[in-house]
Amino acid sequence: MIDYAMIWAGLIAFAVLAYIILDGFDLGIGILFPLIKSTTDKETAMNTIAPVWDGNETWLVLGGGGLFAVFPLAYSVILPALYMPIILMLLGLIFRGVAFEFHWRASAKKQKLWDLGFHLGSLVATLCQGIALGALVQGITVVDRAYAGGWWDWLTPFSVCVGLALVFGYSLLGATWLYLKTEGNLQRFAHKVATTVAYLTLLSIGAISLWMLFIEQQYLERWFSKPNVYFLICVPALVLALGLGLITSLRKQNEIAPFLLSISLFILSYIGLIISFYPNLVPPSMTIWQAAAPENSLKFLLIGSLILLPIIIAYTSYSYWVFRGKVKENEAYH
Amino acid sequence: MDMLDPVFLARIQFAFTIAFHIIFPGLSIGLAAYLAVLEALWLKTKNDIYLSAFKYWIKIFSLIFGMGVVSGIVMSYQFGTNWSVFSDKTGPILGPLMGYEVLSAFFLEAGFLGVMLFGMNKVGKKLHFFATLMVAIGTLSSAFWILSVNSWMQTPTGYEINEVGQFVAKDWFEVVFNPSFPYRLTHMVIAAFLSTAFLVGGTAAWHLLKDKTNPIARLMFSMAMWMATIVAPIQVLVGDLHGLNTYKHQPAKVAAMEGNFDTQKGAPLILFGIANEDEEKMEYTIEIPKLTSLIITHDLDGELVGLKEWPKDERPPVNMVFWSFRIMVAIGVGMVLIGFFSLYLRFRKRLYDSNLLKRAALIFTPAGVVATIAGWIVTEVGRQPYTVYGLLKTADSASPLELPAVATSLALFIIVYLLVFGAGIYYCLKLMKRTPKLEERDVKTGIPRRAAGITPIAALKTQDGGKGDD
Repeated sequence: MIDYAMIWAGLIAFAVLAYIILDGFDLGIGILFPLIKSTTDKETAMNTIAPVWDGNETWLVLGGGGLFAVFPLAYSVILPALYMPIILMLLGLIFRGVAFEFHWRASAKKQKLWDLGFHLGSLVATLCQGIALGALVQGITVVDRAYAGGWWDWLTPFSVCVGLALVFGYSLLGATWLYLKTEGNLQRFAHKVATTVAYLTLLSIGAISLWMLFIEQQYLERWFSKPNVYFLICVPALVLALGLGLITSLRKQNEIAPFLLSISLFILSYIGLIISFYPNLVPPSMTIWQAAAPENSLKFLLIGSLILLPIIIAYTSYSYWVFRGKVKENEAYH
Repeated sequence: MDMLDPVFLARIQFAFTIAFHIIFPGLSIGLAAYLAVLEALWLKTKNDIYLSAFKYWIKIFSLIFGMGVVSGIVMSYQFGTNWSVFSDKTGPILGPLMGYEVLSAFFLEAGFLGVMLFGMNKVGKKLHFFATLMVAIGTLSSAFWILSVNSWMQTPTGYEINEVGQFVAKDWFEVVFNPSFPYRLTHMVIAAFLSTAFLVGGTAAWHLLKDKTNPIARLMFSMAMWMATIVAPIQVLVGDLHGLNTYKHQPAKVAAMEGNFDTQKGAPLILFGIANEDEEKMEYTIEIPKLTSLIITHDLDGELVGLKEWPKDERPPVNMVFWSFRIMVAIGVGMVLIGFFSLYLRFRKRLYDSNLLKRAALIFTPAGVVATIAGWIVTEVGRQPYTVYGLLKTADSASPLELPAVATSLALFIIVYLLVFGAGIYYCLKLMKRTPKLEERDVKTGIPRRAAGITPIAALKTQDGGKGDD
């Protein structure tokens, strides 16, 4: 059934996915930051994302702002439910974002502190995003159009594990991005890390997918009822194939394939989540249509989105094109 | 008011985070436009003095812009985290406007910022100018949409209410161009330009006090003083019109601004006074007879509505509105005076000679920012107790959060903001302390040796003559 709510669910899903992939490798670099030994290499790593991180983060604003616009009920239920992880994520993103500027402004001693802020900010933001996702998967208690749970409900073993899984996943994106964009020592480092976190990421995807089946009867039925199981079996099969491809391409020292395969793994896992959630936007019981804004709001923003999104994608691609190729040590970025 | 009321803490949190935030986009709007003008002049005249001023300010711009981005993301989520009932009810109207802000402004700024800051060597001068222009247009577009959102909350039109209690648009044109929007937009954009002009002018004045021959500091100072001469008086006029519009739609706010409790003919202008809200009167007043009536009704004996027309629980807090308004107006008057004084000196060809003007400009460096925050306090506190004026009360807008949750987040925001943005403002001041120098250019390509954007600390230290301290 294709209607405005459905189209918007698709667009918001796209914005969130774009955010996860694009800011994923930015945050991944922040997570790996203390493992990078020399200051020059640290600065090179930072320079690979300095011109694009702000645009990447804008997808998060589109995800949040878009939810407010087209699914206001979901926005006003999810955010109070995930209050602490969201606030901590925002604070983490502050430390991450200002580090790009403050690093170059501070004295040597303070520079180390802002670099630490860059790392911890990225780590906390990632953990909190994962925890928020985990809590959403477990479901949110809603009574009379409002969140009706407590302010610690989000903290469970499952949500913490999803948080850790996302730390591995973003590290994988970050490491494969660095492997693609750098040379020499830094590239060798990226290769080593990418191989380790690739295994950790694949294990996490497997573990969390299985765990999810026991959380909500609905998820189990979605994947294992007949005839669903015959079609849906291809999702884990593809994950396995991509995982093997990722490991192989890293072994063969192919520069671009690991990054693209890591992105594909994220896309597949994301599709897996959508399959589990549908038709709910807020599990266990708020559907896309219940959460949707009145149709005239959906239409009004859709007109602009259909015109502006292709333009945005065009100039964002242009910006990536301008900064294509390897980022060299001490390159005249500044 | 109960200090341990979660709604009260949520209000403090919103006020604190947005007051910090508005400093940065306000200056980004002004600086982006200033940088676009400087780069255009450089491309047109090929005079490196413009490039040097451009290079000087782009570093400060990128710091301020970065802080605007990270403090802005907080705002876009805080509606949901802390004001969920408001979000559910107004989302169908305000959400799409903010959606347009993201699509037409945030992406545009962010998409071209990388090229603007790091790309001059990669894309060439003309494309680089295009990127600067797109960033400037992005900041203005952002102002357009977010001020439409705010204005709709102040003067809601074009809506109806649906069966689940949400505001739904009946006429999008009436929603976007609601009655207070044109005034608020003009007033705020001019405020952004003036804040920047005084930031630039004050910085230039500081360098001119040390060396009045510095050509780049002279350029900055002259441009800033033209803004003060021409734009500050325009701002006073626009502010007056905005006030009249407010009196029409939110008379209680104006009554609080003027400290006017009684509905009366020939209301005086109270220059100084302290409101006693329990006894419903102003105390210790210094007044000029009939002047407020003259300003608002353009008639000495015009009748003005006083706060007593509203029950006590529907009045805004008077002292905060009254005093913020006076701070804003006093700064505005000061700006106009500086503008006129500079014009007089300019005609006498002594613009760079008067230390009095330079010192005044130096004192006024943060004046625009202070006036902007004071103005927002007037309009936001003045519309209480409502989030959507006359329709949705602030007390009924909040999320169902427990006290410890809001108290924790408020404490965290205060610590992090003071630490991070305190440091950021300190780094800005450090950058403003650098003596402006002429840029060197590569003889062959005509492109500056160092791309615009971030300068490593080592290079800064050499520019300062080794005085880089921290």
